[in-house]
Amino acid sequence: MRRFLHGLPGVDQVGLEARAAELGTRSIKTSAKAFAIDLAISMVDLTTLEGSDTPGKVRALCAKAIRPDPADPTCPAAAAICVYSDMVGVASQALGDSGVRIASVATAFPSGRAALDIKVADTKDAVDAGADEIDMVIDRGAFLSGHYLKVFEEIVAVREACARPEGSAKPDAHLKVILETGELETYDNVRRASWLAMMAGAHFIKTSTGKVQPAATLPLNLVMLEAVRDFRDSTGGMVGVKPAGGIRTSKDAIKFLVMINEIVGAQWLDPDWFRFGASSLLNDLLMQRTKMRTGRYSGPDYFTLD
Amino acid sequence: MSALGDTSTSGRIDVRKTYKLYIGGAFPRSESGRSYRVTSSKGAFLANASLASRKDARDAVIAARKAFGGWSARTAYNRGQVVYRIAELLEGRRAQFVEEVQLSEGLSKSKATDAVSVAVDRLVWYAGWADKIAQVLGTSNPIAGPYFNFSVPEPTGVVAVVAPEDSSLLGLVSVVAPAIVTGNTVVVVTSYSRPLPAITLSEVLATSDVPGGVVNLLTGSAAEIAPWLASHMDVNALDLAGVQDPELSAALEGEAAENLKRVRRPGGSDWKADPGIDAMTSFLEIKTVWHPIGI
Amino acid sequence: METGQDVEGEPATSATSAMFDYAPAPESRSIVDIASSYGLFVNGEFVDPTGGKSFKTINPATEEVLAEVSEASEEDVDRAVKSARVAYTRVWSKMSGRERSKYLYRIARILQERSRELAVLESLDNGKPIRESRDVDVPLVAAYFFYYAGWADKLEYAGFGTGTPQPLGVAAQVIPWNFPLLMLSWKIAPALAAGNTVVLKPAETTSLTALLFAEICQQADLPPGVVNIVTGAGATGRTLVSHGDVDKVAFTGSTDVGRQIAKSVAGTSKKVTLELGGKAANIVFDDAPIDQAVEGVVNGIFFNQGHVCCAGSRLLVQESLADDFLARLKRRMATLRVGDPLDKNTDIGAINSSEQLAKIRELSGVGEAEGAGRWAPPCDLPDKGFWFPPTIFTGVTAAHRIAREEIFGPVLSVISFRTPAEAVEKANNTPFGLSAGVWTDKGSRILWMANQLRAGVVWANTFNKFDPTSPFGGYKESGYGREGGRHGLEAYVR
Repeated sequence: MRRFLHGLPGVDQVGLEARAAELGTRSIKTSAKAFAIDLAISMVDLTTLEGSDTPGKVRALCAKAIRPDPADPTCPAAAAICVYSDMVGVASQALGDSGVRIASVATAFPSGRAALDIKVADTKDAVDAGADEIDMVIDRGAFLSGHYLKVFEEIVAVREACARPEGSAKPDAHLKVILETGELETYDNVRRASWLAMMAGAHFIKTSTGKVQPAATLPLNLVMLEAVRDFRDSTGGMVGVKPAGGIRTSKDAIKFLVMINEIVGAQWLDPDWFRFGASSLLNDLLMQRTKMRTGRYSGPDYFTLD
Repeated sequence: MSALGDTSTSGRIDVRKTYKLYIGGAFPRSESGRSYRVTSSKGAFLANASLASRKDARDAVIAARKAFGGWSARTAYNRGQVVYRIAELLEGRRAQFVEEVQLSEGLSKSKATDAVSVAVDRLVWYAGWADKIAQVLGTSNPIAGPYFNFSVPEPTGVVAVVAPEDSSLLGLVSVVAPAIVTGNTVVVVTSYSRPLPAITLSEVLATSDVPGGVVNLLTGSAAEIAPWLASHMDVNALDLAGVQDPELSAALEGEAAENLKRVRRPGGSDWKADPGIDAMTSFLEIKTVWHPIGI
Repeated sequence: METGQDVEGEPATSATSAMFDYAPAPESRSIVDIASSYGLFVNGEFVDPTGGKSFKTINPATEEVLAEVSEASEEDVDRAVKSARVAYTRVWSKMSGRERSKYLYRIARILQERSRELAVLESLDNGKPIRESRDVDVPLVAAYFFYYAGWADKLEYAGFGTGTPQPLGVAAQVIPWNFPLLMLSWKIAPALAAGNTVVLKPAETTSLTALLFAEICQQADLPPGVVNIVTGAGATGRTLVSHGDVDKVAFTGSTDVGRQIAKSVAGTSKKVTLELGGKAANIVFDDAPIDQAVEGVVNGIFFNQGHVCCAGSRLLVQESLADDFLARLKRRMATLRVGDPLDKNTDIGAINSSEQLAKIRELSGVGEAEGAGRWAPPCDLPDKGFWFPPTIFTGVTAAHRIAREEIFGPVLSVISFRTPAEAVEKANNTPFGLSAGVWTDKGSRILWMANQLRAGVVWANTFNKFDPTSPFGGYKESGYGREGGRHGLEAYVR
């Protein structure tokens, strides 16, 4: 495992960041901008992961995810809501059959510091409560001390815990693996962790818990998109990418979409293969959408704060 | 009149030196078989020197090119030591050189002594530059971005030199030393009328750890040989320091343009004066290297 | 939906998986006022050419005529040199370095103030994408003036020997069409900082930003005659370079013309520096940071449509990596956008002239005829204007003409090597020696390669980077002298 991961090509920080910045200079206007905004909205995993979360808070979030713009029913719904595992039941009731999915964090989120059986139990809990997706964290301590096989085996175990019995109402939960890029620090580590997660069976690789900065940046997105692209070239398997944390403006979100377009191609321009883990981003997207629709700059009073 | 080394007072028949070319560390005669009379400043016969041909020049360039890789790859410290050793050996043989310079240039003994002394000192001066010129010319350049960037001087390659006509030792040393201490190899057309100190110098070079081919000395006519060097596509630079005829100098510079040789034009003829660093910088390329700085 | 399975079996998802089409994003032309005709800039004023000859300059993307530009006659050149001489003798050489520096700082500031205007004008006249003129060319232009402004009063510290270095006098400067304003800054900034006055001839297809620069000199109240701009073609350049009262000649352009200039100054006391052509090797080892290496190779040859003397026009790829690298390179090339230079999303703009396009086509034809494999991604090229898609030739060997001759277009020759020594041998086996690129993760190898490569600029794990502090220039037939950095002053002092 170590030989393979360390044999992957290195990443030059300066070159990578320059490429990410260059992609960020694409000018997306008019029809392209409208397309991008709607796409971005449909990719949002609307998130609340606070110690102070309550059923009331989660219900409000679910309502927003189903109908983000109170004034415009044509606005697409968000892709999912993302909550702690003990809130999945509340979310399930609130979302009903709206089509908005439930993503639950698990495995001793955000630190990942707990015994494996506890992490697996946490996962099963969320799956039993009705989660469609599980956002797990990798053991960064194990990764940074070179115990790659341990990290790998944990992901495999959690993936198994995502399974539902034959004939269940819902299919197996999908697994997003959070790398916590802020703690991995180097792009080389991010590339290696991405490959490790994909080989262990991740459906999605995700940048961050949102609790550590830097979280989701364009260069990180670039490394991870390159990894999923190369993984597909090698194995034929497609893996999704979710940047999470720190994406606040529509302008930023559009840069992520441009990057997908030019690095991995249009197949990933789809909520099944790309998500934004965000909270305040949604309102900015709605404001931009409204401006494009009405021609006027909008204001925060016209959108819900949940 | 006596030829060199004549000790007629004792009546012994002396064994006279044959003056040959110095190419690739060896002492061949000219492949043309030609020679010419070298006389003292008063017209007395001194010796027959080889008259270098264009083929000798061609062979010398090959030798210089062959020697360049190794010589330029040596540490600057090592090159400095070698040039210093030339000074040591020249000092050790100063009496012979004083006599040759006296006879060749018609100088008084004290002036000839002075010329030899300055020549030795000049070699010492240049020897000391070997591991310092990079520090004076090199720079670390502060790029407006995350890059490490440095510029270093590198020898240009094979330098063809037309040595001064009048200053047979000091002038010669002043054009050879700066080129080789910086890592270049040279093909020199020596003074036509005063070639003997050059060939004796080549004996010094051959015994002072200078690798064969680093210095190649061709006795002969600049007007005949230099154009072949100036037009030679495997010569990187041309030092016209010793050319007195402005028409010849212009013609040579024009020929040199074909492969964009770096040309050092004729300058002043006060060889005793402080030379500055121009004789070195003329044959140094500046190479700039970039690398990103990142984790 | 399962991962780990081939996605072929998946039904099409929503309409959002359609291609992301960017929509046109044109930069507005209205910021720049192009006059219908321009005079010569001599002695601080725009004057008509004697002989009244002029020529048209066009936009190579559309072939529309932008303006009429004057053709300087021998008399005009003489007048310009005279005015430079008078300005030198009476004003500029008498001025302290500190005062000179203030003029240069003023010019640098105005360049920044009018940067958008300059960028748009450069793209219109040259054909290069606005993103490049806006993000690369114009910012560097201002930076060069800022940098040399700061040297003007510090020459005694520049390490050229004891005492304060003195200027040479009047400099004749001839620049090419590939980076018009940038090349102007590389010439004028150090010359003025060192205390010389200049007469500069821009390339005939790209004179407009030089003429706008002349206006900026007026705005900065630069003393008349310190900078003179004489527009014209080859004949004007020859006249200028061979003028008897010129102390220094600086030329950037083709090796052929450089050679002629070197011949013409032989026997004179004119100092010369030349920045000529190149055929740089961009060397990729199998342990390179591969995605950045692909980017570096693409940037190395397709930036500025390949109209770059230091372009990485030969890809030397280690054979063990070659297939994989080539596949990635082609995939990357397919995302390059060729089109309207004024569109902010354009990556590759127009070829500068019909003559240059013909040369590129000719050599590409030679490449095919000699048996190399030609590939370019599909491109929608406009009908009007001069266009060439980014192209690679594979299976190229050293004997091919396209491996030896400078094409000066977006054409890359791909050559393989097995070992570092072989890479060095192939890279150095050329009469040129301007630049080289090295891509490897191994530090000791970077430094070893940098040592071995006979090139004036070695880019390691990067390419086509420029900075006013960084000396630029070639070995061998790529010319001599350096521009930029402390070394760039050397050409303008004695």
